[in-house]
Amino acid sequence: MDSRTLRFEEALLSMDRLLCRSLLHEAMADDGGLAGIEKVVGPSLAHIGDRWEAGELALTQVYMGGRICEDLLGEFCPPEGPQSAGGPRIGVAVLLDHHQLGKRIVTSALRAGGFRVLDFGQGLDPGELARRVRREPVAILMVSVLMFNSALHIRELREALGEGPDRPRLVVGGAPFRFNPALWQEVGADAVGHTGVDAVHIAQRILEETCAQ
Amino acid sequence: MCAMTSAQRVFTTLSHQEPDRVPLALNLVLRGARELGLGMREYFSDPAHVVEAQLRLQRKFSSDVLFGFFHAALEYEAWGGEVVFTEDGPPNSGEPVLGPDQPLSTLQVPDLAGSPGLLKVLRAIESMKAQVGDEVPILGVALSPFSLPVMQLGFDRYMDLLLTDREAFWSLMAKNMAFCQAWGNAQLAAGASAIVYFDPLASPTMTPRPLYLDTGFQVAKETFAGLKGPTVTLLASGRTLGALEDLAATGTLGVGVSCHEDLAQVKAACKGRLTIIGNLNGLDMLRWSQAQAEEVVQDAVAKAASGGGFILCDTHGEIPWDVPDDTLLAVSEAVQAWGRYPLQPARVHA
Repeated sequence: MDSRTLRFEEALLSMDRLLCRSLLHEAMADDGGLAGIEKVVGPSLAHIGDRWEAGELALTQVYMGGRICEDLLGEFCPPEGPQSAGGPRIGVAVLLDHHQLGKRIVTSALRAGGFRVLDFGQGLDPGELARRVRREPVAILMVSVLMFNSALHIRELREALGEGPDRPRLVVGGAPFRFNPALWQEVGADAVGHTGVDAVHIAQRILEETCAQ
Repeated sequence: MCAMTSAQRVFTTLSHQEPDRVPLALNLVLRGARELGLGMREYFSDPAHVVEAQLRLQRKFSSDVLFGFFHAALEYEAWGGEVVFTEDGPPNSGEPVLGPDQPLSTLQVPDLAGSPGLLKVLRAIESMKAQVGDEVPILGVALSPFSLPVMQLGFDRYMDLLLTDREAFWSLMAKNMAFCQAWGNAQLAAGASAIVYFDPLASPTMTPRPLYLDTGFQVAKETFAGLKGPTVTLLASGRTLGALEDLAATGTLGVGVSCHEDLAQVKAACKGRLTIIGNLNGLDMLRWSQAQAEEVVQDAVAKAASGGGFILCDTHGEIPWDVPDDTLLAVSEAVQAWGRYPLQPARVHA
Protein backbone atom coordinates (compact mmCIF):
# COMPACT_ATOMS: atom_id res chain seq x y z
CA MET A 1 0.00 0.00 0.00
CA ASP A 2 1.19 3.55 -0.68
CA SER A 3 1.91 5.93 2.17
CA ARG A 4 -1.36 7.83 1.79
CA THR A 5 -3.36 4.62 2.07
CA LEU A 6 -1.41 3.61 5.14
CA ARG A 7 -2.00 7.03 6.70
CA PHE A 8 -5.68 6.75 5.86
CA GLU A 9 -5.84 3.33 7.53
CA GLU A 10 -4.20 4.67 10.66
CA ALA A 11 -6.55 7.66 10.65
CA LEU A 12 -9.52 5.28 10.41
CA LEU A 13 -8.25 3.22 13.32
CA SER A 14 -7.77 6.29 15.47
CA MET A 15 -11.16 7.58 14.29
CA ASP A 16 -9.65 10.84 13.07
CA ARG A 17 -12.39 11.88 10.67
CA LEU A 18 -10.76 15.20 9.88
CA LEU A 19 -7.53 13.57 8.76
CA CYS A 20 -9.49 10.94 6.79
CA ARG A 21 -11.40 13.67 4.99
CA SER A 22 -8.22 15.63 4.30
CA LEU A 23 -6.49 12.55 2.85
CA LEU A 24 -9.44 11.86 0.58
CA HIS A 25 -9.35 15.46 -0.65
CA GLU A 26 -5.66 15.01 -1.42
CA ALA A 27 -6.35 11.73 -3.21
CA MET A 28 -9.06 13.33 -5.33
CA ALA A 29 -6.81 16.21 -6.28
CA ASP A 30 -3.89 13.95 -7.22
CA ASP A 31 -5.79 11.23 -9.04
CA GLY A 32 -8.55 13.09 -10.78
CA GLY A 33 -11.62 12.82 -8.59
CA LEU A 34 -13.39 9.73 -7.35
CA ALA A 35 -10.78 7.33 -8.71
CA GLY A 36 -8.44 8.72 -6.08
CA ILE A 37 -10.90 7.84 -3.34
CA GLU A 38 -11.25 4.30 -4.63
CA LYS A 39 -7.48 3.83 -4.57
CA VAL A 40 -7.39 4.71 -0.88
CA VAL A 41 -10.63 3.47 0.68
CA GLY A 42 -10.88 -0.09 -0.67
CA PRO A 43 -7.31 -1.17 0.15
CA SER A 44 -7.51 0.41 3.62
CA LEU A 45 -10.69 -1.43 4.52
CA ALA A 46 -9.31 -4.64 3.03
CA HIS A 47 -6.17 -4.37 5.12
CA ILE A 48 -8.18 -3.63 8.27
CA GLY A 49 -10.32 -6.71 7.58
CA ASP A 50 -7.23 -8.85 7.08
CA ARG A 51 -5.74 -7.58 10.34
CA TRP A 52 -8.96 -8.49 12.17
CA GLU A 53 -8.85 -11.99 10.67
CA ALA A 54 -5.26 -12.27 11.92
CA GLY A 55 -6.33 -11.27 15.43
CA GLU A 56 -4.48 -7.92 15.31
CA LEU A 57 -7.55 -5.67 15.40
CA ALA A 58 -10.94 -5.70 17.10
CA LEU A 59 -14.32 -5.82 15.41
CA THR A 60 -15.24 -2.41 16.82
CA GLN A 61 -12.32 -0.98 14.80
CA VAL A 62 -13.50 -2.75 11.65
CA TYR A 63 -16.99 -1.43 12.26
CA MET A 64 -15.97 2.17 12.95
CA GLY A 65 -13.58 2.17 9.98
CA GLY A 66 -16.44 1.12 7.74
CA ARG A 67 -18.77 3.69 9.28
CA ILE A 68 -16.32 6.55 8.72
CA CYS A 69 -15.70 5.49 5.12
CA GLU A 70 -19.43 5.22 4.51
CA ASP A 71 -20.01 8.71 5.95
CA LEU A 72 -17.19 10.26 3.93
CA LEU A 73 -18.28 8.56 0.73
CA GLY A 74 -21.69 10.07 1.37
CA GLU A 75 -20.03 13.48 1.30
CA PHE A 76 -17.83 12.92 -1.73
CA CYS A 77 -19.81 10.57 -3.93
CA PRO A 78 -23.24 10.19 -5.52
CA PRO A 79 -25.77 8.68 -3.08
CA GLU A 80 -25.34 5.11 -4.30
CA GLY A 81 -21.55 4.98 -4.45
CA PRO A 82 -18.70 6.17 -6.63
CA GLN A 83 -19.09 3.92 -9.62
CA SER A 84 -22.35 2.10 -9.66
CA ALA A 85 -25.31 4.33 -10.47
CA GLY A 86 -27.65 2.10 -12.45
CA GLY A 87 -25.58 -1.04 -11.75
CA PRO A 88 -26.93 -4.25 -10.24
CA ARG A 89 -28.18 -4.02 -6.68
CA ILE A 90 -27.01 -6.09 -3.77
CA GLY A 91 -29.52 -6.84 -1.03
CA VAL A 92 -28.46 -7.21 2.60
CA ALA A 93 -30.56 -8.64 5.43
CA VAL A 94 -30.40 -10.28 8.85
CA LEU A 95 -32.46 -13.47 8.93
CA LEU A 96 -34.54 -13.94 12.10
CA ASP A 97 -31.99 -12.27 14.41
CA HIS A 98 -31.79 -8.59 15.28
CA HIS A 99 -28.03 -8.27 15.67
CA GLN A 100 -26.98 -5.95 12.87
CA LEU A 101 -23.23 -5.64 13.32
CA GLY A 102 -22.32 -7.94 10.43
CA LYS A 103 -24.86 -6.33 8.11
CA ARG A 104 -23.53 -2.88 8.91
CA ILE A 105 -19.93 -3.88 8.21
CA VAL A 106 -20.88 -5.57 4.94
CA THR A 107 -23.02 -2.61 3.88
CA SER A 108 -20.20 -0.15 4.56
CA ALA A 109 -17.69 -2.26 2.67
CA LEU A 110 -20.00 -2.73 -0.32
CA ARG A 111 -20.83 0.96 -0.51
CA ALA A 112 -17.17 1.87 -0.14
CA GLY A 113 -16.52 -0.61 -2.97
CA GLY A 114 -18.95 1.22 -5.20
CA PHE A 115 -21.93 -1.14 -5.09
CA ARG A 116 -25.59 -0.21 -4.87
CA VAL A 117 -26.95 -1.69 -1.65
CA LEU A 118 -30.56 -2.29 -0.70
CA ASP A 119 -31.04 -2.93 3.02
CA PHE A 120 -33.99 -5.27 3.65
CA GLY A 121 -33.63 -4.96 7.42
CA GLN A 122 -33.43 -7.52 10.21
CA GLY A 123 -35.56 -10.01 12.12
CA LEU A 124 -37.00 -11.28 8.82
CA ASP A 125 -38.34 -14.81 8.38
CA PRO A 126 -37.41 -16.69 5.19
CA GLY A 127 -40.80 -16.29 3.49
CA GLU A 128 -41.00 -12.61 4.27
CA LEU A 129 -37.49 -11.94 2.98
CA ALA A 130 -38.14 -13.91 -0.22
CA ARG A 131 -41.32 -11.88 -0.84
CA ARG A 132 -39.42 -8.63 -0.31
CA VAL A 133 -36.76 -9.77 -2.77
CA ARG A 134 -39.40 -10.59 -5.40
CA ARG A 135 -40.88 -7.10 -4.99
CA GLU A 136 -37.49 -5.38 -5.08
CA PRO A 137 -35.16 -7.63 -7.10
CA VAL A 138 -31.45 -7.78 -6.41
CA ALA A 139 -28.63 -9.56 -8.24
CA ILE A 140 -27.07 -10.83 -5.01
CA LEU A 141 -28.65 -11.33 -1.61
CA MET A 142 -26.25 -11.24 1.34
CA VAL A 143 -27.75 -12.68 4.51
CA SER A 144 -26.25 -12.42 7.98
CA VAL A 145 -27.20 -14.60 10.96
CA LEU A 146 -26.00 -14.82 14.54
CA MET A 147 -27.72 -17.93 15.87
CA PHE A 148 -27.10 -21.46 14.62
CA ASN A 149 -30.80 -22.23 14.27
CA SER A 150 -31.21 -19.07 12.19
CA ALA A 151 -28.47 -20.36 9.89
CA LEU A 152 -30.41 -23.57 9.35
CA HIS A 153 -33.43 -21.53 8.21
CA ILE A 154 -31.40 -20.30 5.25
CA ARG A 155 -32.41 -23.58 3.58
CA GLU A 156 -36.02 -22.35 3.61
CA LEU A 157 -34.95 -19.00 2.22
CA ARG A 158 -33.04 -20.72 -0.57
CA GLU A 159 -36.13 -22.75 -1.49
CA ALA A 160 -38.40 -19.71 -1.31
CA LEU A 161 -36.13 -17.79 -3.69
CA GLY A 162 -36.87 -20.42 -6.36
CA GLU A 163 -34.75 -21.65 -9.25
CA GLY A 164 -35.47 -19.21 -12.08
CA PRO A 165 -32.78 -17.36 -14.02
CA ASP A 166 -33.53 -14.23 -12.03
CA ARG A 167 -32.89 -15.85 -8.66
CA PRO A 168 -30.39 -13.74 -6.75
CA ARG A 169 -27.18 -15.44 -5.76
CA LEU A 170 -27.32 -16.16 -2.06
CA VAL A 171 -24.27 -15.22 0.02
CA VAL A 172 -24.22 -15.93 3.76
CA GLY A 173 -22.13 -14.84 6.71
CA GLY A 174 -22.12 -14.76 10.49
CA ALA A 175 -20.79 -16.61 13.49
CA PRO A 176 -22.22 -20.09 12.74
CA PHE A 177 -20.38 -20.15 9.43
CA ARG A 178 -17.09 -19.31 11.10
CA PHE A 179 -17.43 -22.23 13.49
CA ASN A 180 -18.69 -24.75 10.92
CA PRO A 181 -16.89 -24.14 7.62
CA ALA A 182 -19.13 -26.53 5.63
CA LEU A 183 -22.43 -25.09 6.87
CA TRP A 184 -22.91 -22.62 4.01
CA GLN A 185 -23.02 -25.49 1.51
CA GLU A 186 -25.32 -27.55 3.73
CA VAL A 187 -27.90 -24.74 3.76
CA GLY A 188 -27.71 -24.24 -0.01
CA ALA A 189 -25.92 -20.89 -0.19
CA ASP A 190 -23.87 -19.96 -3.24
CA ALA A 191 -21.01 -18.50 -1.23
CA VAL A 192 -19.90 -17.57 2.27
CA GLY A 193 -18.00 -14.50 3.44
CA HIS A 194 -16.49 -13.68 6.81
CA THR A 195 -15.53 -10.02 6.41
CA GLY A 196 -16.72 -6.90 4.63
CA VAL A 197 -13.90 -7.31 2.15
CA ASP A 198 -14.97 -10.89 1.47
CA ALA A 199 -18.39 -9.46 0.59
CA VAL A 200 -16.82 -7.08 -1.93
CA HIS A 201 -14.69 -9.79 -3.54
CA ILE A 202 -17.60 -12.22 -3.72
CA ALA A 203 -19.86 -9.59 -5.24
CA GLN A 204 -17.22 -8.74 -7.85
CA ARG A 205 -16.75 -12.40 -8.70
CA ILE A 206 -20.45 -13.17 -8.98
CA LEU A 207 -21.15 -10.13 -11.12
CA GLU A 208 -18.24 -10.98 -13.42
CA GLU A 209 -19.53 -14.54 -13.78
CA THR A 210 -23.02 -13.25 -14.47
CA CYS A 211 -21.73 -10.86 -17.14
CA ALA A 212 -19.69 -13.65 -18.73
CA GLN A 213 -22.81 -15.79 -19.00
CA MET B 1 -7.14 -40.76 44.72
CA CYS B 2 -10.65 -41.14 46.16
CA ALA B 3 -13.48 -39.99 43.93
CA MET B 4 -14.46 -36.40 44.62
CA THR B 5 -17.86 -34.83 44.42
CA SER B 6 -18.43 -32.59 41.44
CA ALA B 7 -18.12 -29.54 43.68
CA GLN B 8 -14.81 -30.71 45.12
CA ARG B 9 -13.57 -31.45 41.60
CA VAL B 10 -14.51 -28.03 40.25
CA PHE B 11 -13.22 -25.98 43.17
CA THR B 12 -9.98 -27.96 43.35
CA THR B 13 -9.24 -27.22 39.72
CA LEU B 14 -10.25 -23.56 40.18
CA SER B 15 -7.58 -23.36 42.88
CA HIS B 16 -5.02 -24.70 40.40
CA GLN B 17 -4.59 -28.09 41.96
CA GLU B 18 -5.26 -31.45 40.37
CA PRO B 19 -8.58 -33.04 41.40
CA ASP B 20 -9.39 -36.71 40.76
CA ARG B 21 -10.20 -35.93 37.14
CA VAL B 22 -10.87 -33.05 34.78
CA PRO B 23 -14.31 -31.56 35.52
CA LEU B 24 -16.82 -31.55 32.67
CA ALA B 25 -19.22 -28.61 32.30
CA LEU B 26 -21.89 -29.12 29.68
CA ASN B 27 -24.48 -26.38 29.34
CA LEU B 28 -27.54 -28.28 28.19
CA VAL B 29 -30.24 -25.76 28.98
CA LEU B 30 -32.03 -25.86 25.64
CA ARG B 31 -31.69 -29.58 25.34
CA GLY B 32 -33.87 -29.82 28.44
CA ALA B 33 -36.94 -28.90 26.38
CA ARG B 34 -36.35 -31.86 24.10
CA GLU B 35 -35.59 -34.11 27.04
CA LEU B 36 -39.05 -33.37 28.42
CA GLY B 37 -40.77 -33.27 25.04
CA LEU B 38 -41.86 -29.67 25.53
CA GLY B 39 -41.89 -26.64 23.27
CA MET B 40 -39.38 -23.94 24.14
CA ARG B 41 -41.92 -21.46 25.49
CA GLU B 42 -43.66 -24.08 27.65
CA TYR B 43 -40.35 -25.44 28.92
CA PHE B 44 -39.22 -22.06 30.18
CA SER B 45 -42.65 -21.16 31.55
CA ASP B 46 -42.18 -23.27 34.69
CA PRO B 47 -38.91 -23.48 36.67
CA ALA B 48 -39.82 -27.05 37.64
CA HIS B 49 -39.40 -28.11 34.00
CA VAL B 50 -35.92 -26.64 33.82
CA VAL B 51 -34.89 -28.19 37.14
CA GLU B 52 -36.16 -31.65 36.25
CA ALA B 53 -34.52 -31.61 32.84
CA GLN B 54 -31.20 -30.21 34.02
CA LEU B 55 -30.87 -32.74 36.82
CA ARG B 56 -31.73 -35.53 34.42
CA LEU B 57 -29.18 -34.34 31.83
CA GLN B 58 -26.50 -33.71 34.40
CA ARG B 59 -26.78 -37.33 35.49
CA LYS B 60 -27.05 -38.66 31.93
CA PHE B 61 -23.83 -37.01 30.78
CA SER B 62 -22.00 -36.94 34.14
CA SER B 63 -21.58 -33.19 33.91
CA ASP B 64 -19.96 -31.61 36.96
CA VAL B 65 -22.00 -28.43 37.05
CA LEU B 66 -25.62 -27.35 36.86
CA PHE B 67 -26.47 -24.14 35.06
CA GLY B 68 -29.12 -22.07 36.79
CA PHE B 69 -29.65 -20.27 33.54
CA PHE B 70 -32.57 -20.04 31.14
CA HIS B 71 -31.50 -17.75 28.31
CA ALA B 72 -29.72 -14.42 27.85
CA ALA B 73 -32.82 -12.67 26.56
CA LEU B 74 -34.41 -12.85 30.03
CA GLU B 75 -32.26 -9.98 31.30
CA TYR B 76 -33.06 -7.99 28.18
CA GLU B 77 -36.75 -8.68 28.85
CA ALA B 78 -36.37 -7.35 32.39
CA TRP B 79 -35.08 -4.08 30.90
CA GLY B 80 -38.17 -3.84 28.69
CA GLY B 81 -37.28 -5.87 25.60
CA GLU B 82 -39.47 -8.40 23.82
CA VAL B 83 -38.22 -12.00 23.74
CA VAL B 84 -38.59 -13.86 20.44
CA PHE B 85 -39.27 -17.59 20.90
CA THR B 86 -38.46 -20.24 18.30
CA GLU B 87 -38.89 -23.98 18.66
CA ASP B 88 -35.47 -24.97 17.39
CA GLY B 89 -33.12 -22.62 19.20
CA PRO B 90 -32.65 -20.34 22.17
CA PRO B 91 -35.14 -17.57 22.81
CA ASN B 92 -33.63 -14.50 21.22
CA SER B 93 -33.70 -10.79 21.88
CA GLY B 94 -35.78 -8.69 19.50
CA GLU B 95 -35.30 -5.02 18.67
CA PRO B 96 -33.14 -2.97 21.07
CA VAL B 97 -34.90 -1.90 24.25
CA LEU B 98 -34.52 1.78 23.36
CA GLY B 99 -35.71 3.02 20.00
CA PRO B 100 -33.36 5.29 18.06
CA ASP B 101 -34.97 8.45 19.41
CA GLN B 102 -35.52 7.37 23.01
CA PRO B 103 -33.07 9.00 25.43
CA LEU B 104 -30.86 6.92 27.70
CA SER B 105 -32.44 8.56 30.71
CA THR B 106 -35.64 6.58 30.07
CA LEU B 107 -33.87 3.30 30.90
CA GLN B 108 -34.85 2.27 34.42
CA VAL B 109 -32.95 -0.33 36.43
CA PRO B 110 -35.29 -3.33 36.62
CA ASP B 111 -36.69 -4.33 39.99
CA LEU B 112 -36.02 -8.05 40.39
CA ALA B 113 -39.27 -8.53 42.29
CA GLY B 114 -41.10 -7.11 39.30
CA SER B 115 -39.33 -9.30 36.73
CA PRO B 116 -41.24 -12.60 36.50
CA GLY B 117 -38.72 -14.20 34.17
CA LEU B 118 -35.81 -13.55 36.52
CA LEU B 119 -37.82 -14.77 39.50
CA LYS B 120 -38.35 -18.08 37.71
CA VAL B 121 -34.58 -18.45 37.40
CA LEU B 122 -34.18 -17.81 41.13
CA ARG B 123 -36.85 -20.42 41.90
CA ALA B 124 -35.01 -22.90 39.66
CA ILE B 125 -31.68 -22.27 41.40
CA GLU B 126 -33.32 -22.69 44.83
CA SER B 127 -34.87 -25.97 43.74
CA MET B 128 -31.62 -27.28 42.25
CA LYS B 129 -29.79 -26.35 45.44
CA ALA B 130 -32.39 -28.16 47.54
CA GLN B 131 -31.85 -31.31 45.50
CA VAL B 132 -28.05 -31.38 45.04
CA GLY B 133 -26.95 -29.55 48.17
CA ASP B 134 -23.21 -28.95 48.10
CA GLU B 135 -22.42 -31.89 45.83
CA VAL B 136 -22.80 -30.18 42.47
CA PRO B 137 -21.93 -26.53 41.90
CA ILE B 138 -24.70 -24.41 40.42
CA LEU B 139 -23.63 -21.63 38.11
CA GLY B 140 -25.65 -18.46 37.86
CA VAL B 141 -25.22 -16.24 34.83
CA ALA B 142 -25.20 -12.45 34.50
CA LEU B 143 -24.65 -10.40 31.36
CA SER B 144 -21.82 -7.95 31.80
CA PRO B 145 -22.87 -4.30 32.17
CA PHE B 146 -20.33 -3.56 29.42
CA SER B 147 -21.87 -5.98 26.90
CA LEU B 148 -25.56 -5.62 27.80
CA PRO B 149 -25.97 -2.31 25.87
CA VAL B 150 -25.78 -4.19 22.57
CA MET B 151 -29.25 -5.45 23.50
CA GLN B 152 -30.34 -2.21 25.16
CA LEU B 153 -29.31 0.18 22.39
CA GLY B 154 -28.25 -1.87 19.38
CA PHE B 155 -24.63 -2.12 18.30
CA ASP B 156 -24.51 1.10 16.23
CA ARG B 157 -25.81 3.36 18.93
CA TYR B 158 -23.75 1.69 21.61
CA MET B 159 -20.55 2.10 19.61
CA ASP B 160 -21.30 5.77 19.08
CA LEU B 161 -21.87 6.14 22.81
CA LEU B 162 -18.79 4.18 23.82
CA LEU B 163 -16.50 5.98 21.43
CA THR B 164 -17.81 9.51 21.51
CA ASP B 165 -19.72 10.20 24.73
CA ARG B 166 -17.92 8.78 27.73
CA GLU B 167 -20.08 10.69 30.22
CA ALA B 168 -23.25 9.08 28.89
CA PHE B 169 -21.44 5.73 28.75
CA TRP B 170 -20.59 5.86 32.45
CA SER B 171 -24.10 6.97 33.28
CA LEU B 172 -25.42 3.85 31.55
CA MET B 173 -22.76 1.70 33.21
CA ALA B 174 -23.87 2.92 36.65
CA LYS B 175 -27.34 1.56 35.96
CA ASN B 176 -26.08 -1.66 34.43
CA MET B 177 -23.60 -2.33 37.23
CA ALA B 178 -26.30 -1.79 39.87
CA PHE B 179 -28.52 -4.28 38.07
CA CYS B 180 -25.75 -6.83 37.46
CA GLN B 181 -24.74 -6.80 41.11
CA ALA B 182 -28.33 -7.13 42.31
CA TRP B 183 -29.04 -9.93 39.82
CA GLY B 184 -25.79 -11.77 40.54
CA ASN B 185 -26.22 -11.52 44.29
CA ALA B 186 -29.82 -12.72 44.08
CA GLN B 187 -28.62 -15.84 42.24
CA LEU B 188 -25.87 -16.39 44.81
CA ALA B 189 -28.41 -16.01 47.62
CA ALA B 190 -30.69 -18.51 45.89
CA GLY B 191 -27.91 -21.10 45.92
CA ALA B 192 -25.60 -20.40 42.99
CA SER B 193 -21.98 -21.25 43.76
CA ALA B 194 -20.51 -18.73 41.32
CA ILE B 195 -21.56 -16.31 38.63
CA VAL B 196 -20.71 -16.72 34.97
CA TYR B 197 -19.99 -13.18 33.82
CA PHE B 198 -20.92 -13.18 30.15
CA ASP B 199 -18.85 -10.45 28.51
CA PRO B 200 -18.37 -10.89 24.75
CA LEU B 201 -17.19 -7.31 24.27
CA ALA B 202 -14.23 -7.92 26.61
CA SER B 203 -12.60 -10.10 23.97
CA PRO B 204 -9.84 -8.61 21.82
CA THR B 205 -11.87 -10.01 18.93
CA MET B 206 -14.40 -7.28 19.71
CA THR B 207 -12.71 -4.41 21.56
CA PRO B 208 -9.15 -3.05 21.29
CA ARG B 209 -7.19 -3.39 24.50
CA PRO B 210 -6.75 0.33 25.27
CA LEU B 211 -10.48 0.90 24.95
CA TYR B 212 -11.25 -2.16 27.08
CA LEU B 213 -8.84 -1.04 29.79
CA ASP B 214 -10.56 2.36 29.95
CA THR B 215 -14.06 0.92 30.01
CA GLY B 216 -15.03 -2.75 30.25
CA PHE B 217 -12.09 -3.62 32.48
CA GLN B 218 -13.02 -0.92 34.99
CA VAL B 219 -16.65 -2.01 34.80
CA ALA B 220 -15.75 -5.64 35.54
CA LYS B 221 -13.56 -4.75 38.52
CA GLU B 222 -16.21 -2.50 40.01
CA THR B 223 -18.98 -5.00 39.36
CA PHE B 224 -17.06 -7.90 40.89
CA ALA B 225 -16.30 -5.80 43.98
CA GLY B 226 -20.03 -5.70 44.67
CA LEU B 227 -20.70 -9.39 44.00
CA LYS B 228 -20.83 -11.67 47.04
CA GLY B 229 -19.32 -14.67 45.31
CA PRO B 230 -16.74 -15.76 42.73
CA THR B 231 -16.99 -15.24 38.99
CA VAL B 232 -15.76 -16.85 35.82
CA THR B 233 -15.82 -14.88 32.57
CA LEU B 234 -17.09 -16.14 29.22
CA LEU B 235 -16.35 -14.25 26.03
CA ALA B 236 -18.83 -16.01 23.70
CA SER B 237 -16.15 -17.73 21.60
CA GLY B 238 -14.08 -14.55 21.25
CA ARG B 239 -10.31 -14.72 21.54
CA THR B 240 -8.68 -14.50 24.96
CA LEU B 241 -5.00 -14.30 24.08
CA GLY B 242 -3.94 -10.70 24.50
CA ALA B 243 -6.48 -10.15 27.26
CA LEU B 244 -5.58 -12.81 29.81
CA GLU B 245 -3.49 -10.53 32.02
CA ASP B 246 -6.33 -8.00 32.08
CA LEU B 247 -9.00 -10.60 32.72
CA ALA B 248 -6.98 -12.04 35.60
CA ALA B 249 -6.65 -8.54 37.03
CA THR B 250 -10.44 -8.15 37.12
CA GLY B 251 -10.47 -10.83 39.82
CA THR B 252 -12.30 -13.47 37.80
CA LEU B 253 -11.28 -17.08 38.47
CA GLY B 254 -11.61 -18.55 35.00
CA VAL B 255 -12.08 -17.68 31.37
CA GLY B 256 -13.94 -19.29 28.48
CA VAL B 257 -11.49 -19.97 25.66
CA SER B 258 -12.24 -19.85 21.93
CA CYS B 259 -12.01 -23.01 19.87
CA HIS B 260 -9.92 -20.94 17.46
CA GLU B 261 -7.13 -20.66 20.01
CA ASP B 262 -4.34 -23.08 20.84
CA LEU B 263 -5.05 -24.45 24.30
CA ALA B 264 -1.37 -25.08 24.99
CA GLN B 265 -0.59 -21.43 24.30
CA VAL B 266 -3.50 -20.28 26.48
CA LYS B 267 -2.43 -22.67 29.23
CA ALA B 268 1.06 -21.23 29.24
CA ALA B 269 -0.37 -17.74 29.61
CA CYS B 270 -2.94 -18.71 32.27
CA LYS B 271 -1.03 -21.18 34.38
CA GLY B 272 -1.66 -20.70 38.07
CA ARG B 273 -3.76 -17.56 37.59
CA LEU B 274 -6.84 -18.29 35.49
CA THR B 275 -8.72 -21.54 35.03
CA ILE B 276 -9.29 -22.42 31.37
CA ILE B 277 -12.88 -23.23 30.48
CA GLY B 278 -13.24 -24.69 27.03
CA ASN B 279 -12.83 -25.13 24.24
CA LEU B 280 -14.84 -27.77 22.35
CA ASN B 281 -16.41 -26.49 19.13
CA GLY B 282 -20.16 -27.04 19.63
CA LEU B 283 -20.93 -26.71 15.93
CA ASP B 284 -18.22 -29.19 14.99
CA MET B 285 -19.81 -31.63 17.47
CA LEU B 286 -22.69 -31.97 15.03
CA ARG B 287 -20.41 -33.99 12.76
CA TRP B 288 -18.12 -35.74 15.20
CA SER B 289 -17.95 -39.51 15.28
CA GLN B 290 -17.51 -41.02 18.72
CA ALA B 291 -13.83 -41.62 17.89
CA GLN B 292 -13.38 -37.97 16.95
CA ALA B 293 -15.03 -36.88 20.18
CA GLU B 294 -12.57 -38.99 22.13
CA GLU B 295 -9.63 -37.65 20.14
CA VAL B 296 -10.64 -34.01 20.69
CA VAL B 297 -11.08 -34.54 24.43
CA GLN B 298 -7.73 -36.31 24.67
CA ASP B 299 -6.04 -33.44 22.89
CA ALA B 300 -7.66 -30.78 25.10
CA VAL B 301 -6.76 -32.66 28.27
CA ALA B 302 -3.19 -33.12 27.08
CA LYS B 303 -2.76 -29.43 26.37
CA ALA B 304 -4.59 -27.81 29.28
CA ALA B 305 -5.21 -30.15 32.20
CA SER B 306 -1.78 -30.48 33.77
CA GLY B 307 -1.70 -29.00 37.27
CA GLY B 308 -5.44 -28.35 37.37
CA GLY B 309 -6.91 -25.05 36.29
CA PHE B 310 -8.95 -26.67 33.52
CA ILE B 311 -12.66 -27.36 33.04
CA LEU B 312 -13.67 -29.14 29.85
CA CYS B 313 -16.56 -27.23 28.30
CA ASP B 314 -17.75 -26.09 24.89
CA THR B 315 -16.36 -22.89 23.46
CA HIS B 316 -19.51 -20.82 23.73
CA GLY B 317 -21.45 -21.89 26.81
CA GLU B 318 -24.36 -23.73 25.18
CA ILE B 319 -24.35 -27.08 23.40
CA PRO B 320 -26.32 -26.74 20.14
CA TRP B 321 -29.69 -28.43 20.22
CA ASP B 322 -28.88 -30.76 17.30
CA VAL B 323 -25.75 -32.37 18.75
CA PRO B 324 -26.55 -36.10 19.15
CA ASP B 325 -26.70 -37.60 22.63
CA ASP B 326 -24.17 -40.22 21.54
CA THR B 327 -21.61 -37.52 20.84
CA LEU B 328 -22.06 -35.98 24.27
CA LEU B 329 -21.84 -39.42 25.86
CA ALA B 330 -18.60 -39.99 23.96
CA VAL B 331 -17.25 -36.67 25.29
CA SER B 332 -18.27 -37.66 28.80
CA GLU B 333 -16.73 -41.13 28.52
CA ALA B 334 -13.53 -39.68 27.08
CA VAL B 335 -13.08 -37.29 29.99
CA GLN B 336 -13.63 -40.19 32.37
CA ALA B 337 -11.04 -42.24 30.52
CA TRP B 338 -8.41 -39.61 29.68
CA GLY B 339 -9.02 -36.90 32.26
CA ARG B 340 -8.01 -38.91 35.35
CA TYR B 341 -5.22 -37.47 37.45
CA PRO B 342 -2.38 -38.14 37.49
CA LEU B 343 -2.56 -37.70 33.73
CA GLN B 344 -1.08 -40.45 31.61
CA PRO B 345 2.45 -39.20 30.86
CA ALA B 346 2.26 -40.05 27.16
CA ARG B 347 -0.66 -37.68 26.82
CA VAL B 348 0.75 -34.74 28.72
CA HIS B 349 1.60 -31.97 26.30
CA ALA B 350 5.30 -31.27 26.14
